[in-house]
Formats: sequence, structure tokens, C-alpha cells
Amino acid sequence: MKLQVIVTLKKDVLDPQGSAIKSSLSNMGFKNIESLRQGKTFEIIVKEKDEKVALSKAKDMCEKLLANLTIEDYSVKSIKE
Amino acid sequence: MKASVIVFPGSNCDRDVKISLEKFGIKTSMVWHADAKLPKSDLVVLPGGFSYGDYLRCGSIASKSRIMKEVIAHSKKGGLVMGICNGFQILVESKLLPGVLIRNINLKFICKNITVKVTNNKTNFTSKTNRNSVLEIPIAHNEGNYFANKDLINELEDNNQIVLQYCDASGNITKQCNPNGSINNIAGIVSKKGNVFGLMPHPERAADELLGGMDGSLIFKSLK
Amino acid sequence: MQEVNQEIAIKHGLTAEEYKKIIKLMGRNPNLVELGIFSAMWNEHCSYKSSRIWLQTLPTKNKYVIQGPGENAGVVDFGDGDVVIFKIESHNHPSYIEPYQGAATGVGGILRDVFTMGARPVANLNSIRFGSPNHEKTKYLLNGVVSGIGGYGNCIGVPTVGGETEFDECYNGNILVNAMNIGVAKKNKVFYSIASGIGNPVVYVGSKTGRDGIHGATMASAEFDEDSESKKPTVQVGDPFTEKLLLEACLELMQRKSIVSIQDMGAAGLTSSSIEMASKGDLGIKINLNLIPCRENNMTPYEIMLSESQERMLMVLKKGKEKEARKIFEKWGLDFAIIGKLTNSKRLELEFNKKNVCSIPIHSLGDNAPKYKRDFITYSYPKIINRDSDIEKLDIKNSLIKILSHHNYSNKSWVWEQYDHMVMTDTIQKPGGDSAVVRYHGKNKGIAATVDCVPRYCKAHPKSGAMQAVCETWRNLISVGAQPIAITNCLNFGNPEKKEIMGQFVDSINGMKEACEALNYPVISGNVSLYNETNGVAIYPTPTIGGVGLLKNINNMMTFNFKNTENIIAVIGETSGHLSQSALIYDVVGDKKGPPPQINLKAEKKNGLFVSDLIKGKLVNAVHDISHGGIIITLAEMCMASNIGAKIKVTGSNIDKIKYLFSEDQARYLIEISKKNLEKIKKIANTKNIKIDIIGKTQSEIFEVENDLKISVKELKMKNESWFKNYNKN
Repeated sequence: MKLQVIVTLKKDVLDPQGSAIKSSLSNMGFKNIESLRQGKTFEIIVKEKDEKVALSKAKDMCEKLLANLTIEDYSVKSIKE
Repeated sequence: MKASVIVFPGSNCDRDVKISLEKFGIKTSMVWHADAKLPKSDLVVLPGGFSYGDYLRCGSIASKSRIMKEVIAHSKKGGLVMGICNGFQILVESKLLPGVLIRNINLKFICKNITVKVTNNKTNFTSKTNRNSVLEIPIAHNEGNYFANKDLINELEDNNQIVLQYCDASGNITKQCNPNGSINNIAGIVSKKGNVFGLMPHPERAADELLGGMDGSLIFKSLK
Repeated sequence: MQEVNQEIAIKHGLTAEEYKKIIKLMGRNPNLVELGIFSAMWNEHCSYKSSRIWLQTLPTKNKYVIQGPGENAGVVDFGDGDVVIFKIESHNHPSYIEPYQGAATGVGGILRDVFTMGARPVANLNSIRFGSPNHEKTKYLLNGVVSGIGGYGNCIGVPTVGGETEFDECYNGNILVNAMNIGVAKKNKVFYSIASGIGNPVVYVGSKTGRDGIHGATMASAEFDEDSESKKPTVQVGDPFTEKLLLEACLELMQRKSIVSIQDMGAAGLTSSSIEMASKGDLGIKINLNLIPCRENNMTPYEIMLSESQERMLMVLKKGKEKEARKIFEKWGLDFAIIGKLTNSKRLELEFNKKNVCSIPIHSLGDNAPKYKRDFITYSYPKIINRDSDIEKLDIKNSLIKILSHHNYSNKSWVWEQYDHMVMTDTIQKPGGDSAVVRYHGKNKGIAATVDCVPRYCKAHPKSGAMQAVCETWRNLISVGAQPIAITNCLNFGNPEKKEIMGQFVDSINGMKEACEALNYPVISGNVSLYNETNGVAIYPTPTIGGVGLLKNINNMMTFNFKNTENIIAVIGETSGHLSQSALIYDVVGDKKGPPPQINLKAEKKNGLFVSDLIKGKLVNAVHDISHGGIIITLAEMCMASNIGAKIKVTGSNIDKIKYLFSEDQARYLIEISKKNLEKIKKIANTKNIKIDIIGKTQSEIFEVENDLKISVKELKMKNESWFKNYNKN
């Protein structure tokens, strides 16, 4: 089963990388960008047939390693291959 | 005093810190991250470097190393722990220290001599310094921006956990002398109980006349 | 497998003649895998076919040289059983296409060249050159390259301690990234790449093999055109973390007596490393490609052999040592695979899926690779231009400020503060000085190093320019109190098939040769990068020289910051007023014509040894080699480094003064002398017939040329630090 994990910064955390990327895009002619935040995605293929179990495992991975819960949020979902 | 320096894959400053510890009479053993047991130690040092290449988040993978269970147990018993630079990052990832260290605000790696003010000289790590004295110690990092929310900052201040703050040569804490955007110019903090110390500057790089400074030696002298 | 014909050979970068030669050497038509291998080994980057015959004329020996060119890096004796191993290499073409990864993998590659010989790397230096600051790509390339060098060097924990950063429009289409590395080892524990022992196991260690950089070596030898953007996929991606593990694992294994030979997989990966090791040992090598650790599925033999995946090494072990070696590499989390063995066939034999997919006579790939003596012209020294009318109306203060705030002469701390220059706690002279100095770990001696070149001198007269580059490194080492030992060179030129460019190359080699011989300062390693041209426009000839010296006692290291006020300032060496190709004429007046300063090798040697003796005798307080911008800039630099000012006097007309202050005559130094030592120094200078001009003295805060200018050192610093700050503001 293929899972997608998205890790993003919590709303109030400063994101200097996101700001720099937004400025760069603006300089390239992409105006009208109100905000840009940088995050990470993980694609995980697990040997698990039960979707519920797989998603629960992924959540556990996030809590334990993939996300720093002090400053990051995460979401997990399964993807049709 | 006996110290153990933990070596993770990618640690770079392990040899450097060993030299400083031994220079000041602290017997040191090097401990591999995958070892199950810590040798009998008064002090555990997590050195600087790029453990696991800084992958995922700085210090995140190292904080899950086998030996870290022992390091956490050691600190719970009141043992001393000092994390320098990447070591500080590992301490916050392990939750031995609160807060988080994120990317420098100017997004560049910065290696230079800076000055820090000793805000708390009553800790196990700063006892040989004078309160409000200014120490010149180098930094070298890409993710040294200390971040904590308002409540945590209040807590740190109330408990005198802020040990070092970036300042100018006269000891004034200003925005211009903050190299990485750390909140309240925080360069080093100690745990509530005072036995775990994390700092971004490298004292082992300022403990040799030939290298241009001896201010870092005060930290090693305090440990002894 | 596809049938090979001339068209396919040409697509691989081979000429029709080269293809015919291959058929002759093979005794038959090569298959695609074999053709791919020949194309990688015979391209310029690996075979040095345009440069080899000239490189062989360079002096490569002195009493310190243990290993000259021909190995992964050169080796020099540093006394007490200690050796220093170093080399410089280019990674120009990949850095233009993908600056971060190009620069990063350049650093990674040169590190491997040094630690493959058993040396622990202790210092990185680099020479980076970009197009005009106004060129649309420059800011992006500058930031990418500096981040890449820092990203790799910092992560692997080797300090980056010195270098050069320059901008000139000749590099608009072709930037230069030359990376140098220095390592230390014990004399009796140096590892070479010559394979020996028929039947000995051939082992692959490090990262898995992927499709990175296939045809990277071919790309390095090609010119760019409008299609260069689409060349992107061939750039290799580096992993400094893996390299750190590889470094520690290799050094750990090297403590035992298990390695027969070892070579890193650099340009042309498994192909070049296996061939070089076997052919040096006059042996054959047989590899089973199914045993190569691969990162991707379904990799073909062609891809496996040409992959330039980074962080991989090839070793020949003693029979029976495989288990012990495997344990070490697995501890460090690296792949370890026994992939073949040495044979007596004198052929490269490859097996894949139980079929023989390649059989090439080994010497045809290296030793019998084409060697060309291309046509070249010789450049005569251009006519001297009288500069009086250019300078008579110039204001000294304005000219000083213009040069100090110019992108090429500004303070470069924006660059080197992005490099960890302190890790390993042995850096005793950090970037910004004449040379970097790193303490030889655990000992009282030091390794001094510098990289230098003035490309516009080389464009104006290649022979003088190359001579000057060698001399400047020599002076820079002397200035920190070191004894110059040997050099490594990175020769960056345009298309050698054009006789004007080949002429620049030949003249540069001849210039280097003369300087190296006169100074007893040989070449022990190096690299050639040709085809640095875009749309037919070549870079200036840029023979970058990396010089290394021995500081016998680190307590005697010299620096160029003034130590005290009321000390005397003197110029050592003859000032004749040569201005063409100087910062003043080239950058302030804007005239690129005219010859570079003449090089007098006898004077270089004499003056250098004199300054060296003064330093040894503790008779001087500060020493700075006089280079760009002449006396006035050199003096300003000494003031800015110390926050101590100076007051000097120059006599004559405005023209005379400007010539004296801004000329770039060579073989000169600026020194600070305590009053008590002045007479002694004058006496020694007299007996040795050395020109010494007392020009003034140090004073607090103010930089002053009597009757001409007065400015605070603080303001000089502001002007000198402004360019990089402003350039990257947005």
C-alpha cells in the first residue's frame, strides 16, 4: 500500500525559506502570491493490506520521527497506485 | 571527572572536543552511537558536526540512536550532559532540552567568532565565569536559530535557564549582533534541573592560544 | 546490443580517426559497451590527449617529493616520517549547469583523491571564477557554488581555509570551480593505485550505483551551446554524509595490512578506476557486473560502467582479508561487494548475465590512448604602453576607493564565512591572509597553502602570466613564514583544437616550467580542463596554481596585520612603475590592453629568501606580498586587518606618485619593522643587494599619503566590505 505523508510548519512558526522562495517567484514575475510555506512529503510503500492499519502505522511514524510536533503538523493518506 | 563523547555517523567535532576535555584534565572515552551501554561517566558530551548528514531535521535521527536511551537515563539520574551545536540540536530533538533549533534567518551557513554574554554563571558549565561577562567563541552552523513560544520563554527566564546570549563586544544584546535570528538572542540554555546544557557556539574552538582565543576554556574549567 | 558504427562513435565524442584506431587496437569492431568505455577513457578529461606531451615537460622533483604526477594526488615529505598529500581539480562544466551539485561534487571528488592515498584530509581550498556581476546568471551561480562548496565541505568536517573568488566577463558562459585538498599521512602508510597479485579480489565500496552523470566525463570535454540547459540530467549529485562514512571506513581499514591498491571512482566511475589500477600493474581485470550494488532497477552494463555516482571506491585486497574489510564497511553502513579479480589477461573483461559483454586490451585505454601534438602559435611579449596620459588626471584617493570597493578586491568574508574554516581545531591562519595555515595535527609544524592566478596577465601574455601565478603562490607562502615546497596546478583553457588556445596552453606550460625550475618548486599533481568556451568565446587562459609550504615552527608564523603604531613601513623589491593590466588601468581606467608586468625570477628568489630570513630572525612584525593594486592597496589591507593606520610619503609628480603606488611590479613585499631592527635590516639588504624603500610609518586610525590623501581606516573598511553586502541584498 502506498501512503503519502505531508509535514508542514505550524501556522505561527517563522518560515524564512518559504519567504525567500516567495520573493524569488515574485522576482520571476509570479505576482499575486499571498503566502508560501515550505513543507515535506514522504512516499511510503508498506507491506500492509488493511488501509486502517497502514494509516495508523504512518501516524505513528510521524509522531515518533517524521514530524517535530513542536513546530510541525502532519497529515497521512493512502494513494491509489 | 570522567566524560563520554558520543560519536554518531557524521559527527565532526568529536576529536576536537576530546582534545579540549583532556587538556583540562577530564578523562574522556569515545562512545559509538550503536553501543548499548555508556561507560561510567560524570559527563556525556554530544559533539558538533552533521550527524546523519542533518537529514530529515538536524539531530533528529541521532536522537533515536541506541545510545541515547542511556544518555537520557544518565541525565534523569542527574548526570551532566553537554550538547555543542549539533549536540544541542540532538538534545532538543530528544526533548532533554525544550524548544527547537531551526534554519538561520539569513538562510546561510555562518562560521565566525562571535561574543556571548554569560547570563547565568551559576550553572555546572559556567561556574568559572563571571556574571554578565563577555566570551568570544566561534559559531559554525546553518540551523542555530533557537525558537520557543512565549510561554516557554517566560518559563526559561523564570527558571534562569538562559545561560548564554549573543551580544556585542560590550555585552549589549542587540539585533545586529544576533547571527541567526534566535529568539531573545539565545545561544545556550540549561535544563530546569541544571544538569543538561546545550549551546550553539563551539567552546572547543576557543581553548587554544594558537587558535586565537581561550574563552571557551572557561566552560571546560567549570566542568572540572 | 546495438551495432556500433562511425556515426555512433562520433555521437560519443570520438573522431573518425579515433574510431578507426579503436578498431585497430581491438582487432574488430567494438560493441556498444566497449565503445562507451573507449569514449569515456579517450575524452580529454580522462586521457589528457591534448595536453599530455606538454605536461610531461614540467619539473616534478625536488628533495621533498615522494610522489609526483601520475597518482591520485602528489606526496611530499614533511619530515619526521610525516607526509602531506595534495591536489587541485576542476569541476567547471557541471557547476555551470547545476552550481550547487557541481561545486559540491567537485569538493567530494578531490577529497577522495586525497584519502584514497591513506591521508586524512585536513584542508580544502578553492578558486572560483564567475562572469560579470551584471550578467543574468552570475548571482545564481555565485550563490549556488558557494553554498555547494560549504554544503559539502562543512558536512564532511574538513575546514575550507583559503581560496580566490573573481569575476570577469570572460567567464560569462563558462564559470570555473577549481577545488584543492590537502591531507596528512605517515610516510610508510601511503596507498597507491597500482594493482598487483593475480587472483586478488577486486572490491567495490561506498554508495550504490545509479544513473548519475552518465557521460559526465564526455560533458566535461565538450563546449557549451544553447542546448546546455538540456544537459542537466548528467550532473552528479553528492552526499557528503556518505563520503564522511566512506572516509572513516577507508582510514580504518588502512590501519591494517589488507589493501593492495585503492582508487576512487571519479570521472568515468568504475571504468576509469578499474582500468587505471590494472594497467598500472600491467595486469588484467575481470568484473561480474551482476555483483555491482545498484540503486536503480534494470541497469545495463553500459550504464553501470559509465555511471558517475559519487562516493564510491575500488580496492584490491590481499586474499583472505575480505571478511575483516567487510566488517568495517558494514559497521559504517556502506555497501561492500567483491565484484571480480585481477587476472594475467591484460584485458578488461566484463561479464553480465553469464555473457561476456566486454573484452578490451587494457593498455589501449590508457597508455595507448591518443596523444596529440596540436598546432599552436607562440605569443610574444606585447609592446609596452605609455600610461602617462591615462593617469595624469587621476585622483589618488578616488582611485584607492574605487579599487577597494571593486568586486574583485573587496573583502571576501561573505564567501568564506559560509565555509566552516575552524573544524578540526588546527586552523592557525584563517581565510583573508596571504596563505592559510593549518597546524600539522599533534605537532609543532604547520602546512601553509594558497591558490593564485591573475587571468588577465595570462591573457595578455600567457607565458608571463603563468610564471607570475607560480611566483605569487611562492611569495604568499614566504609571507606567512613558510618554506615553499611544491605546487599542484589546475589548467583551465578554451578549445585546444584552435591554435590560439593551444598556444596559450603551451606558453603557460613553458612559463610554469621556468618559474618552477628557478624556484625549485616542482609540480606534483594537477588537472587540465579544456573546452571552456561557449559559442566560440573562450575564457582567459587560467592556470590556477595551488602552492603548499612547510612552516617548521608554528610559533614563527607571520601575519600581515600591523602590530603597533610608530613602526616603520618598507617596500622590499624594485618598483619600476608597470601599470598595464593593473587594477588601476584594467578596472578603474577600463583599458584591457598592454603587457602584464615582467617577471624576474632571480629577483623573486632573492627577495623571497631575504624576507624569509627576516621572518626567521624575528626581525619583522608584519609581511604582505604586494600584488593587485600595488603598494597602496597592499598597505590599505594591512591597515584594515589591524585597525592601525599608516602615514607614507611619495615624491614626484602626480604621474610618478600614481606609478609608485599602483603599479603591479612583481617580486615585492611590504613589511612592518620595529625601529630597533631597522639598521640591522638595512645592513643585510645592502650586503644582499636587495632594494629596500622606507616609505613611512604606522600610526593610529588614519590612513595617509602625505599631501595626497587622508582617510580613516574605519572608512576604508566600510568601502571594502560594501560590495558583497549590497550585491546579495535582494
